[in-house]
Amino acid sequence: MAESAKPGLRIREGDCAVLKRDEVFKAVLVLRRRKVIFEKQWFYLDNAIGHIYGTTFEVSSGGSLQPKKKMEETTTETKEAGTDNRNIVDDGKSQKLTHDDIKALKDKGIKGQEIVQQLIENSTTFRGKTEFAQDKYIKKKKKKYEAVITIVKPSTRILSTMYYAREPGKINHLRYDTLAQMLTLGNIRAGNKMIVMETCAGLVLGAIMERMGGYGSVIQMYPGGGPVRAATSCFGFPESFFNTLYEFPLSKVDSLVSGTFSSETLPSEPEYNVPVEEESNGSLDEKQTLIQETEEESSTEAVMESNETEEQETMDLAAEDTEYKESKEKGNKENIREKQRKQQERRRKLVETAALLEEKNADGLIVASRFHPTPLLLSLLEFVAPSRPFVVYCQYKEPLLECYTKLREKGGVINLKLSETWLRNYQVLPDRSHPKLMMSGGGGYLLSGITVTVEKVQSNVSSLEAQKIEEPTSKKRKLQELDC
Amino acid sequence: MSFVEYGDTIKDGDTAIVFLGHESMFPVKVQHGSKTQTKYGVIRHSTDLIGKRYGSKVTCSKGGWVFILHPTPELWTMNLPHRTQILYSTDISLITMMLELKPGSIVCESGTGSGSLSHAIIRTVAPTGHLYTVEFHQQRAEKAKEEFQEHKVEHLVTVKNQDVCKNGFGVSNVADAVFLDIPSPWEAIGHANSALKIEGGRICSFSPCIEQVQRTCLAMEEHGFTEINTLEILLRVYNVRTISLQIPDLGKAAEDNSSTGFDSSNQSNQGSLYGILQQGTAQFKSGVPLKEMVGHTGYLTFATKSLF
Repeated sequence: MAESAKPGLRIREGDCAVLKRDEVFKAVLVLRRRKVIFEKQWFYLDNAIGHIYGTTFEVSSGGSLQPKKKMEETTTETKEAGTDNRNIVDDGKSQKLTHDDIKALKDKGIKGQEIVQQLIENSTTFRGKTEFAQDKYIKKKKKKYEAVITIVKPSTRILSTMYYAREPGKINHLRYDTLAQMLTLGNIRAGNKMIVMETCAGLVLGAIMERMGGYGSVIQMYPGGGPVRAATSCFGFPESFFNTLYEFPLSKVDSLVSGTFSSETLPSEPEYNVPVEEESNGSLDEKQTLIQETEEESSTEAVMESNETEEQETMDLAAEDTEYKESKEKGNKENIREKQRKQQERRRKLVETAALLEEKNADGLIVASRFHPTPLLLSLLEFVAPSRPFVVYCQYKEPLLECYTKLREKGGVINLKLSETWLRNYQVLPDRSHPKLMMSGGGGYLLSGITVTVEKVQSNVSSLEAQKIEEPTSKKRKLQELDC
Repeated sequence: MSFVEYGDTIKDGDTAIVFLGHESMFPVKVQHGSKTQTKYGVIRHSTDLIGKRYGSKVTCSKGGWVFILHPTPELWTMNLPHRTQILYSTDISLITMMLELKPGSIVCESGTGSGSLSHAIIRTVAPTGHLYTVEFHQQRAEKAKEEFQEHKVEHLVTVKNQDVCKNGFGVSNVADAVFLDIPSPWEAIGHANSALKIEGGRICSFSPCIEQVQRTCLAMEEHGFTEINTLEILLRVYNVRTISLQIPDLGKAAEDNSSTGFDSSNQSNQGSLYGILQQGTAQFKSGVPLKEMVGHTGYLTFATKSLF
């Protein structure tokens, strides 16, 4: 059975769960006696284990989580309110409680709700505010002092929103609605044989795997030594999903296309493609710290972004280091045998994956990486069957312009479309509905199309004529531009 | 072929998409002995289609040619016969992801309309999920049923002809997600709540007017839905064009070697910037937006049903 049954309902130790407070998300590993920091609060997840996903908690003193009962909203008695702000002066003195007063209340263990009430009572301007302004004030104070955390189950929706907000650099600024378009335009579904090339920490891969439900197969192309799947492990897929997940090095693609592939030279160590459960304790901790560290200053984030691959390598080198030292103690012979066995297994898998690619019958191609898309598309499309969709994401528009042109020249594709989506959030309240103040400035661009059978074209035909031959005649160009 | 599974060759009974060129295609029901007229001539199903590989080029009787494509819900959305205004792939993509649909999901939808979203949902929840779709218009409900059968997906969908606001979806506590695209969605929120699983699920309501959205959000709140969030998504398409702009003639400065005017010696320097094709023009590739774009389809309101 491909999808997991009921068990996914409750929070278990070892799960990757997502903490949510208002619009802020953070993925964490659920481990006992492990301090977690989220939104300026420190706590342990121990009490959350066993609860159903979606439960809301409060952080009590000592850092333990207490489930919060859904309480009735404080009755809306007809409060005294003003009509407009013509007499309200912002002199910074309207709140009579000082910073220390509030701290004292917090230290006493007073509940957030009570603190908010205190703030309202000690505000000289509150009564003069309009009802709407009072509403806004209360919401703002609640947000600050009534800290509730919901623990939610990871999904593409949640993880893609989280990554876009927290670590957009890691996913090439792929906004979640753009990812949504890719999944649909690419007709990602159960039973497909997909080729994926992404450098988005494994988020795109995870999204694709979620939509395939464990059916079909995915071949992930990777640059360098191995694929990064940090985000993929957050989804919490059952082991079986990984049985039909393959990987293939980009450095071997040319040889595969030209027919000179050999498994003799494997890409250099280290390997990343290990699901969370298999990693040694060392790297698990490091991964957790990695996830946690992102909470801190944005400067670290910038550094992290640029050192992304290096960090992963140091992480895994450290893991390999410990591994190596341990096995050295066991004895060199065993160590050599183990290494040989692993190498053979990797070689076997590589040959198997190469065979899958050589069938040239993939049901689709998804590309979302930091690399220039044109060479990737031109070579990887070789492995895709005719009449199948492909989607390429790029943070920038210009490379996709070039890609489009090269694809037109090459032929074998139709229905090419270059697009982006525009996303806008709304505040919906009685008499106060409007789009929100800020919106995302850009979420990247997509180039999509459908493959068709390639006709053999005479070698003496120029590329321009080849272009014309590939497209049906009597097409009127909307604009009178020169196309050369 | 099937809308939920790829096939390699065209078979009798398939629904295939005939692609004539940019933005020009239509669906065709493949049948032995049938003929289809296109502006390039006739396509004879028995000889030109059946047995051919999807993605093949087919030459029509007048000499022009077309491509025959495997159907997908996205191609279907662009080509289906409209009985109502439909949802397009841009909105459908966001809905699919925000409702967390995947294989095995149970989904309730109303109204079925022309079946655009329905086909997309069926594709995503296959092979183990199910779509319960409710349509209060009898003929539309009938047509939808027919199409699902023709497209060989009837085992994944149940069509009910009733009013969701009065009688709900016909199922209780089974759905992972509910989708509403009806005139008065606030009247169906209660029914949506009972259709959703007890342990929770997601809901989405699509409305063109903000007043509808306001009422719906209020109803959601009253029924205990959380994470209520309204947004809209729009698609911007770009045409890839090579543009040539003329370099203006700013005249020549008088007899000066150190002239900074746009004379021929300078031009070659500037040329390297833009790839000057011929004297006086600069050429570049551009992604040109269309003259008009869709500015509004509807507001999408999402929310979560949870035990807490």
